[in-house]
This record gives sequence, structure tokens and C-alpha cells, in this order.
Amino acid sequence: MNPGPRAAKPAHFDVDRLIDDRRIRIVVTCGSGGVGKTTTAAAIALRAAERGRRAVVLTIDPARRLAQSMGLSELDNTPRAVKGVDAAAGGSLDAMMLDMKRTFDEVVEDHTTPDRAKQILANPFYQALSSSFAGTQEYMAMEKLGQLRARSDWDLIVVDTPPARSALDFLDAPERLGSFLDGRLIRLLGGTARAGGRTYLKVLHAGFNVVTSALTKVLGGELLRDVSTFVNALDTMFGGFRERAEQTYALLKRPETAFIVVAAPEHDALREASYFVDRLGRDAMPLAGLVLNRVHASSAAGIGAEQAVAAAERLESDEGGSHALTAALLRLHADRLKLAARDERIGERFSGSHPEVPVTRIPALAGDVHDLDGLRQIGALFDAG
Amino acid sequence: MGDWEGVRLHVVTGKGGTGKTTVAGALAMALAAGGRRVLIAEVEERQGLAQLFDVPPLAYQEQRVASASGGGEVYALAIDAREAMHEYLAMFYRLGRAGRALDKLGFVDFATTIAPGLRDVLLTGKAYEATRRRTGDHHAYDAIVLDAPPTGRIVRFLDVTTSVSSLARVGPINRQANSITDLIHSPRTAVHVVTLLEDMPVQETADAVAELQAAHIPVGAVVVNQARPPHLATRSLPAARRGRLDHDDVLSGLRAAGLPATDAVVDVLTREAADHAERTALEKTQRALVDDLGRPVYELPRIADGIDPTALYELAEALAEQGAV
Repeated sequence: MNPGPRAAKPAHFDVDRLIDDRRIRIVVTCGSGGVGKTTTAAAIALRAAERGRRAVVLTIDPARRLAQSMGLSELDNTPRAVKGVDAAAGGSLDAMMLDMKRTFDEVVEDHTTPDRAKQILANPFYQALSSSFAGTQEYMAMEKLGQLRARSDWDLIVVDTPPARSALDFLDAPERLGSFLDGRLIRLLGGTARAGGRTYLKVLHAGFNVVTSALTKVLGGELLRDVSTFVNALDTMFGGFRERAEQTYALLKRPETAFIVVAAPEHDALREASYFVDRLGRDAMPLAGLVLNRVHASSAAGIGAEQAVAAAERLESDEGGSHALTAALLRLHADRLKLAARDERIGERFSGSHPEVPVTRIPALAGDVHDLDGLRQIGALFDAG
Repeated sequence: MGDWEGVRLHVVTGKGGTGKTTVAGALAMALAAGGRRVLIAEVEERQGLAQLFDVPPLAYQEQRVASASGGGEVYALAIDAREAMHEYLAMFYRLGRAGRALDKLGFVDFATTIAPGLRDVLLTGKAYEATRRRTGDHHAYDAIVLDAPPTGRIVRFLDVTTSVSSLARVGPINRQANSITDLIHSPRTAVHVVTLLEDMPVQETADAVAELQAAHIPVGAVVVNQARPPHLATRSLPAARRGRLDHDDVLSGLRAAGLPATDAVVDVLTREAADHAERTALEKTQRALVDDLGRPVYELPRIADGIDPTALYELAEALAEQGAV
């Protein structure tokens, strides 16, 4: 069934109003991979800075040339001033690239004695965990966000989220890592189950043997020993991981935060966007709007797609191709209309199920964006979109 | 005889948003043409194949999703690490029901968390198993197409030897990882990279090709997806780009076609042509970079109406015409 009559056009997402609102301190861009999330985050941060905000953008994995254009040639986990920003309105822009391993190391160092920290940092299991665990990047992005927010150097933090299969990973992964590190299985492995844990241990003892023996068979004894040493060294930090993740999660729920969902007019990308919007709603997290990138715009020439194709066919078939140029232009025009109609349809489907989400459309640009001027151009399109 | 005679495992990767699932689907259809049986598998729990073939969500069970031209069949499977682990525990450790019970304790999540490489071994292991499976004296499938993770993660995903170096040094997992490694580094495997003719996807394609080669994993073709149709003749492009097409020529063409022939219409068409010409020029630069990679290149047209099962036949056809099968 169709959802009734044609969905009304959604409200325009006014990005400028958002970044001009001084109460907004954190902007998070999220969306599935390949939709222009990083570029959108950088464009928003630059525009905010040039409209007078003292902004910092935290990027996770920027394209090389975009990173270079922002002076991010090194990954040193510290915000650096971006050169070439127009400071006439009193704003500024810093940028940084997340180094997840270093951020993780710092968390460990901050929460335990130097001796213990050294022990943990040298543990092979820790090294694997801090550089390749599927949720570490997300956890550390949140951790870094918390750190930046605690400083008073900026009045706006724009966070790009890690490239993930699903946009939801950004919200779920930190909790996953937190509960994993605080979890029962890992504590049992470390042999650190204490008060309260004893009865649990007894009850589960039989089951536990099955678990450890299966783990040993599958993973090998060596890895389990590393895990166990790691867990014991981490003892004082237990509870801390989940708590920290929860604190940042709470920060994301505050009205000073605005989520921007980024998508391209593709079914996959908009389905992810839908999931994400629903999730934000369920968790009462503040969604500002949807940025729809790479939209094909149609220009009204008063000629429909089918009409153009039919006319092109006529021109191509008669009198020795003397109107080849016009025929080619008509075919181009028809393609463009079709692409625009398809984008429109896909966008409408999203807005039909989420009429409350304001949308701004960014037209597909002919070239790639890899300098401040390109970012500025996109920023200007926020206004026009 | 196509370019990939002897290849049993076709791995398809690409930057997010380049349409690697679509290309994997088209490749499966092309490989199946002429009465062959092909399995296409996804590993990212996205249900992208169900979408593509327009069927209900796939389970951990091979299911026929399309017939190819000439009586071929395409089967699809959504590989799930948890299910693969159960299969595995049941097969090698005879942990049938106990394996399921372990699930209540979060065993699989836990094991794949403390050893991320284990997950990849489980996922690639299932594809490996399908390449070897036999019915009677035939292979169960003539080819396997794996819709793999994106370029950024592809080498880590496929290079399971490195992933399992932290795992058990002996035992079935280790043996299996070694067999997978043998297959993946052999001429029976080809990793195809999907790209668009844009800066970032091409850059990532070049990076992925270099990384794969460094890891001694055979690189297959580069598939240029969503190529712009060359409506405008090459000789008209420079003028089009500068917005200096022959105004009167277009005007008279419109008149001949019985369309509204006004200056406004000509202006719109000229602007569109300028935009097209600019993109075409950019694409030409990117295409040169793709050609420099020294791999076979296939080009698939952009389907303006969006991808549906019919479009998939068209794309499969295009791959076949260019020698992919």
C-alpha cells in the first residue's frame, strides 16, 4: 500500500541556523560509508568557523588530499590550527585526526599506576585489542570527544564518525567494548571474579569448563594466557570502561548536541539513515536533520525524459545525422531527468516514513572536493539546498 | 573463454558506495549463463543480496535467487559468523547442542571479540568450503562470488594467516586457516575491485591493488561502475565544456524534432552539456589512472532508472561482452 497521497515536501534543514546557534556545542555527522560524511563534517566546521565559531573538527579517516588541505599531514592526535580560514567573523578552525591506539594508551595511563600501565601496554592481547577490535575506533572517538568537550578552547566540536558497515555502530560499539571489558566471561578468564561472583562461579562451574575448554581449543592456550594477564593488570580499571562510555553517551543526549545524518540518494544509504533516525528517536537523542549529498538536480526545459528520447531517436534516424548534436543533447537531458527523478523518488520514500526530519539537498558536484575552497562551496550549498 | 578461466573464487570489493554488491550480482549472473551453477555469498550481515535479487531476507542456507540466461542458476547465501562457528564446533569438536548452549554465555561474540581474526576465518572458511563441495563427481558450484568487505578492509579480511597468527597454532582452526590461505593465494582466486571514475574511489582502488599485490593475493579486474554514456561526440566536448555549442544548430535541431525551440531551452541543454563535458574530462583523467594499474578493466553503464533484476541481466551481459566470462 502506498502511504496515502504524495508525501509533502519535508522542511528545509537550515544548517546555518544550527551552526549559528551558540547553544549547540557538539555536531555529530553519521551515516554509512561512502556518502560524503567526512567532507560534510569538514564543510560544516569550516562554515561555522567562518561564521564566527571557534570550531574544532575531529575526523576519523579522511581522504588523503582532504586531510592535507586541512594541514593534517600527520596523525598526532592533537588539534592543529587549519591555515587559510577566514577569521574576519572572529572564528577559528582546528582539525585533528583520531589516533585510536594512542587514545586508548592514554586512557590506560590515566587510570592506573605507571607500572601497571606499562604492563598493560606491553600485553600482546592489549595491542591487538587497541588496534583492531571492531569497536575500539568508535569507543575512542567518543573518548576523544569527551576530552575535547572538557577543554574550553572551542565552542563547537564537529565529530565525524568512523566508517562502519552501519551508522548504528557509532552508538553501539562503545557500549559493546565497555561491556566486553567489564563482562563476566573475561573476568572469569582473568580469575578475578570476586564477592558475589563466587556463587555465580559455582553454579556455572561446569558450564565454565566447557567454555574455557572450547576457547582453548579454538583460540589456543597462549592467547587465553595473554587475556588473563591483561585482565589481571586491568583489574583496577574495571567498571571504568563502561562508565566512561556511559558518560559520553549521556553527553550525546544533551540538547547542546546535534546529530546530522548524512546520506546519498541510494537505497542502502537511506535505509541506514532510517535506522539511525529511528534509533536516535528511541534514545531521545537530538537529531537536527538529514544532509542528502550528490543529488542530481533537474533543470526545467519543459521537455520530459520520454519526449526527449523519442525526439532524439527521430533525429538520429533521419537525413544523415545533420542534427546529431541536438540528438546528443536530448539524450543527455533525458538521462539527467531520469537520474533526478530517481533521486527524488528515493528521497521521497525516506521523507514519507520520516516526515519530521528536515532535509537539505547538496547537488552532485562535477569535481571532487579536496581543498578549503571546495569545502566552502559545499558550505554555501547548505544555504541554497 | 573468459579472462578468468580456472578461477573458482571471485572476490568482489570496492569503496563504499561504488556498487560492489551490484557488480558481484552481475558477475554471478554472467558466470552462471549457459547452464552453470554459481553461489554468491555476502558476509557483512547487510542483506544486500536479498535487496539486489528482490527476494525475502536470506538465511544461513543456500537459496536459489535467480536464473541466468541459457539455464544457469544463481544461489545466494548470507554467511553469518555465529552460524559458521556452530557448524564448525559441531563438525570438528562434536559440540552439537553444547555449542548452542555456549551461545547463552555469549561464547561466539566473546571468542570473535578477543580474536577478531577468528571471525574472518569463519566467514572465508564457509566460502572455502563451498568451493570444494561436491555432489557426485561434480563440484556443487561452478564458481563462488564473494561480496566482500570494502577496499579498506579487504586485505585484512582475506589474509587470514596473519589474522590467525594469534590463534591456536594447531588444531582444525589452524588447518582450516592454512587451507583458506592456500586457496586465496592461488590462481583459483581473483579479487576484483569496483570503482567509480572519481578521485577517492580510484585512489582507494589503487591502494587496494597495491596492498593485495604486496600480500600476494591475485588481483582480478578493475570494474568501472556507473560509467556515463558517451552521448556527446568527443570532438564536441571541448566546445561543450566552455558552453560554446552552436546555438543555431541546436535550435534548428529542436525545431526539426518538433520540440519547443526557444533560447531558454537551448541554454538549459547547453549548461547540461557543459556539466557533462566537465565530468567527462575528470573521468578521462581517472580512467587513465585505472588503466595504469595494468589490470583488465570492464566498464558498466550507469542505469539511470536504478538497479532491478532486469538491470542485472543487462550488466551481466555487459560483463560477458567485455570478456569477463
